[in-house]
Amino acid sequence: MIQMCNVPRYADADMAEIQKMREAHQVLKHVDYEPKDLYHGYTDKRLRIDLSANSVEILDIPQEVKEKFVGGKGYCLRYLWDATNPETKWDSPENAITMSAGPIAGITQYAGTGKCLVCTISPMTDIPIDSNVGGYFGPFLKFSGFDVLELTGKAEEDVIIVIDGNKGTISIEKAPLEHKDAHVLGEELTAMYAEDEKDRKNVAVVCSGSASEHCNLSMLNFTFYDPKRNVVRLKQAGRGGIGRVFANKHVKALVCRFKGVKANLNHVYDIGILNKDGLKFHREIATLDDKQNSMRKSGTAYSLRTLSDYDILPTRNYKYGGTDKIDEMAPEVWQNQWLTQGGADGCWYGCSMACAKTADHFLLKTGPYKGQRVCVDGPEYESAAGLGPNCGITDPQAILELNFYCDTYGVDTISYGTMTAFLMECYENGILNKERTGGLELEWGNIEADLEMLHLMARNEGFGKIAALGSHKQKEYFAKMGWGDMAFMNDIAMEQKGLEYSEYSSKESLAQQGGYGLTNKGPQHDEAWLIFMDQVNNQIPTFEDKAEALYYYPMFRTWFGLLGLCKLPWNDIVPADNSLTDEPAKVPEHVDNYLDLFYGVTGVRIDRDDMIRQSERVYNFQRIFNIRLGKGLRKNDAIPYRSQGPVTEEEYLSRQERYDGQLVEQVGLTPEQVKNMSLQEKMAATRKHREAEYERLIDAVYPKRGWTLNGVPTVAHLKELGMDLPELLAVVEPLQDAQP
Amino acid sequence: MKRLEKDESLCIGCRQCEEACSQAFYKVSDPAKSCIRITDREDGTHAIAVCTQCGKCAEVCNTGVITQDAKGVYRLNKKECAGCLMCVGFCPENVMVQCDDYLEPSKCTACGLCVKACPTGPIRIVEE
Ligand code: SF4
Ligand code: SF4
Ligand code: SF4
Repeated sequence: MIQMCNVPRYADADMAEIQKMREAHQVLKHVDYEPKDLYHGYTDKRLRIDLSANSVEILDIPQEVKEKFVGGKGYCLRYLWDATNPETKWDSPENAITMSAGPIAGITQYAGTGKCLVCTISPMTDIPIDSNVGGYFGPFLKFSGFDVLELTGKAEEDVIIVIDGNKGTISIEKAPLEHKDAHVLGEELTAMYAEDEKDRKNVAVVCSGSASEHCNLSMLNFTFYDPKRNVVRLKQAGRGGIGRVFANKHVKALVCRFKGVKANLNHVYDIGILNKDGLKFHREIATLDDKQNSMRKSGTAYSLRTLSDYDILPTRNYKYGGTDKIDEMAPEVWQNQWLTQGGADGCWYGCSMACAKTADHFLLKTGPYKGQRVCVDGPEYESAAGLGPNCGITDPQAILELNFYCDTYGVDTISYGTMTAFLMECYENGILNKERTGGLELEWGNIEADLEMLHLMARNEGFGKIAALGSHKQKEYFAKMGWGDMAFMNDIAMEQKGLEYSEYSSKESLAQQGGYGLTNKGPQHDEAWLIFMDQVNNQIPTFEDKAEALYYYPMFRTWFGLLGLCKLPWNDIVPADNSLTDEPAKVPEHVDNYLDLFYGVTGVRIDRDDMIRQSERVYNFQRIFNIRLGKGLRKNDAIPYRSQGPVTEEEYLSRQERYDGQLVEQVGLTPEQVKNMSLQEKMAATRKHREAEYERLIDAVYPKRGWTLNGVPTVAHLKELGMDLPELLAVVEPLQDAQP
Repeated sequence: MKRLEKDESLCIGCRQCEEACSQAFYKVSDPAKSCIRITDREDGTHAIAVCTQCGKCAEVCNTGVITQDAKGVYRLNKKECAGCLMCVGFCPENVMVQCDDYLEPSKCTACGLCVKACPTGPIRIVEE
């Protein structure tokens, strides 16, 4: 087992080199400002930077915006809407990247309170994407005086934007010499802007990586400096290609420096409440984490084996729900052989859940950094599952290498994993072959080919250019080239709205099919992660339960994004007596903690219904934003059949007993009839049934959400929410009577 | 390593130690603000909780604010402390002090004031 106390500190950056890089900067704009102190969690200030004009504006956030949008994702979407128009594309200059940490963010007493939300119009989906990310940038931005940052326009050459929240300065600087890969750039900028070694923890960097200039799957890395390891750690705003937009604006990095993190920089209403709940929660983790999920030991990767056991772990492009090789990546393997134990691995101060694990001094075997020893952040469950079994890989060494390179190149591990799984299945079916891939043998489990494709993608060479498109555009390309049948590819490419699925096989869980399909941004589990509840804990057994869950949980979970919170401390640990509560799945005590935190910070008492209301306003706003951009109707909530049922014969046969049984129990055939059916007939009957079930689910969920059967928020519902804003009514009014 | 050692059989539960500790650092008489904690057992004996200088608090602190001094005593640098309270929550002896009037918690420095205040000798400072 690798213990933190035995991990050698990482080497310092070469200061002479860094000095040279700094001297090459050319300041395009410098602004002095008076940082506004926070009051009850807010600065009520917005920082708007237009890169085309090199202008920096500091604007007030009106009370009405605060009341209706709360903060975080609410603010991000509000100001993204205002910056854009119905024709805006991801690479339009007016497209904005908005970032906001939310009113609770930046407190230090409670776990998971340092999140920053990031939104932009996505190059993958052409609608708003939102991502929730750790690291220190979000809280530092607040402490520097801004509730939200908005980047618009395009710089002519690569620039960095530097905010110093202590000195009150903002500058836009041409920065030609710094490297592009995140693990290098993060170190360079941290060393450059820290006054000395002790000051490094006060510098936070946002950057993508070398793939971001041409790869749709690009994300943003948010750093924090780890003083115990002497290394810059990377957390990701992963989904939807935000890194591509960032690079398209020629932003190389954002830097925010803030020295002096203390327990009450938010100038909260009642710090005693935060102390009490925070301490209670830390004690819960200290005593129960080992007995529950061991998040402190293996991070979210703990769940790989459980999910494989329950037929949920996507395997070979979601054909199967588990692998008999799962022991190779069991929690003990990560804990005993790869992940450093005993580190203080929170991605913000006070995160006792500490899920941000690392593999330290990991020796790279391929690529531009081959032979170097590096710090690999993760792998998180999604990365390990997507890069691993979904592509037929169970070797932790390979998963860590892929994870490292995805991060440093700025590539979203989830999209990369799911897309590679699709490409491997295309290879299996002859849609791709060695000639078409330029020599890459994309067979299941071919680690070398997988890594080579990733390196090619970062260099924008060969088949890497195709990989950089993402599955949605790949399908079109393969069909256009006459390589594959579009209907089959639509069935097996696990993407919806242009975004690749995250790593849960929803085939056997109707609730999770809706959890993915009925999302705003595309199939990411953060809105409605119901699969555990449905398939493991059996907490939402009836159809009505599932439909209700698809109303409640997306709203409940949206709330975390408004406030700047991480969801993991909500239910990846539960109080000892949780199972005795009326609704264990909701973890009522933790929900009460969050209501306390809201009150403690803002001084405004809200109850559980108000919480849902706050989310519903923003959720409906986002839905209408999608409609405004042409992708928010029922037809856009259709999902690939692979996520609903068996596409191929081998999939059917792998669960034949279950599927045959369901033809009797659910479809109403007699055992005799089933026995006499051919495999094709059974598959067709299963498909018909499952597709109808999904439609039935939509019919039940939309009205609960206050939407028409075409997925359009009703005017009455908007009125009820106080969201009958003229710009929203203008979008939905003409669609009120339109049929799906 | 310098630390407090205890022998509960000699404790009479007078709480002079708690008084001395909370007075020394918080200038009040309040057992909740003491880094040594006495609880009465039903059988008339007393449990003494002291800091064992185990270092758990230092391990969980993400900024390395708690470090060992030359004598092995874990010391908390309040100036750099972010007040996250993880150290308080993870202390296996539950002897760190958190109070809402201060932004930072505090811990035992093995100063020995409690030893001096104690009339019967169940606690002593050892250096090993
Ligand atoms: S639980 Fe993990 S992701 Fe969430 S805040 Fe803590 S360290 Fe970060
Ligand atoms: S305060 Fe608690 S955790 Fe820290 S050294 Fe003392 S006994 Fe250990
Ligand atoms: S309260 Fe201070 S000393 Fe304790 S863990 Fe947090 S930052 Fe470290």
